[in-house]
Amino acid sequence: MCLGIPAKIVKIDERQIADIEIGGIVRKASLQLVPEAKVGDYVIAHAGFAIQILDEKEAQETLKLLEAFSEIPE
Amino acid sequence: MKYLSEYRDPVLAQKVIENIKKISHTPVNLMEVCGTHTVTISKNGIRQVMPKTVTLLSGPGCPVCVTANEDIDKTIWLARQPGVILATFGDMMKVPSSYSNLSAEKAEGVDIRVVYSTLDALQVADDNPDKKVIFFGVGFETTSPTIALSILEARKRKLKNYSVLARHKLIPPAMAALLSLGEVKLHGFICPGHVSTIIGSKPYEFIAEEHGIPCVISGFEPLDVLQTIYMLVRQAENGEARVEVQYKRSVRPEGNTTALKILDEVFEVCDADWRGIGIIPNSGFKLKEEYSDFDADKIFDVDVPPPKDDPPGCSCGEILRGVKFPYQCKLFGKACTPERPIGPCMVSSEGACAAYYRYGTG
Ligand code: SF4
Repeated sequence: MCLGIPAKIVKIDERQIADIEIGGIVRKASLQLVPEAKVGDYVIAHAGFAIQILDEKEAQETLKLLEAFSEIPE
Repeated sequence: MKYLSEYRDPVLAQKVIENIKKISHTPVNLMEVCGTHTVTISKNGIRQVMPKTVTLLSGPGCPVCVTANEDIDKTIWLARQPGVILATFGDMMKVPSSYSNLSAEKAEGVDIRVVYSTLDALQVADDNPDKKVIFFGVGFETTSPTIALSILEARKRKLKNYSVLARHKLIPPAMAALLSLGEVKLHGFICPGHVSTIIGSKPYEFIAEEHGIPCVISGFEPLDVLQTIYMLVRQAENGEARVEVQYKRSVRPEGNTTALKILDEVFEVCDADWRGIGIIPNSGFKLKEEYSDFDADKIFDVDVPPPKDDPPGCSCGEILRGVKFPYQCKLFGKACTPERPIGPCMVSSEGACAAYYRYGTG
């Protein structure tokens, strides 16, 4: 039930309702919990609300840490 | 898809698994607290590829499964009152109560509406001014801000016919309660990424500091969970107990401060009744006095007979406490399947029994 899905904001209306895109499908989500979100941001969508803006830099850092596992010699 | 496929690379996954094997010497029991993690682990066969030293246990982390019989009995009682429309998340429809379930009630003609979001529930209230719309408020910290917001919206829009039956639950006190019960020896918690997106990493610190149990907040893709397991094993092997965040792309140390402010405005902490565990002090949310106008517990004089125990033979209680694996229940896969579920852990798609049934028991 705590499922949250990464989605890209494509449009925001005056009531802070956004069109968000998840794998080509557009849905509505309220941005009231992330008032600073802008068009182009990726958010975690949960039960019709965006609950956080995803941090691109941190995402890259995590991937770098993961990729480092390949470099550890056998 | 961005932010998903990068964390699903099977070649890299193999590397992380090799590294877990390399550093793991002492046997550890790691508990995934969140039902969404249970699904990731089962679906990707992560349990099966762990070294013998790493055991993964499922915990109480599905809000559907831990809702007590009595609370569903009350919800059904409310739904049956004249002039009432009950709005609920779809996940709750098939959960057995003592005497019935919401799905069966709806089939009998009781006005129950499945909504995707609390904003849809407000719309139902808007569209039906002569009815009383009650929202069945379940969920962990991930979901409760969306319910708090609906109450603020209802007040702003002067909606007089919307209320919430608040049965929200809090994760860190439940983790502490499991440790205090002492039934299972745990060496680390895979902490829920979306609960933590709201509450941040601080609320777990007492578990690391006072109970000495490593905590790592994890994302939900296979590589996220594998990296988290690696981090927990590393802490355990080094004799450390800290809170670390693996899911940094979504979890800030301070959480979502907007959501936390809204929670604090509407709710206060109260004791809560967990299926399988019982009353856990300070593990739930109820509406603050100032919002009594929206509190279904205050508006209606609910009168239900005492709840019944879980169905005979069903081990959901022990499964929610991590004491038993689903396949250790005598009914698992025989009398109890997702098509004919007996207990809530088989009803909810994120329940441990359903996940083990669907993806293999490993
Ligand atoms: S298999 Fe069914 S009866 Fe057994 S514990 Fe799980 S839900 Fe309960």
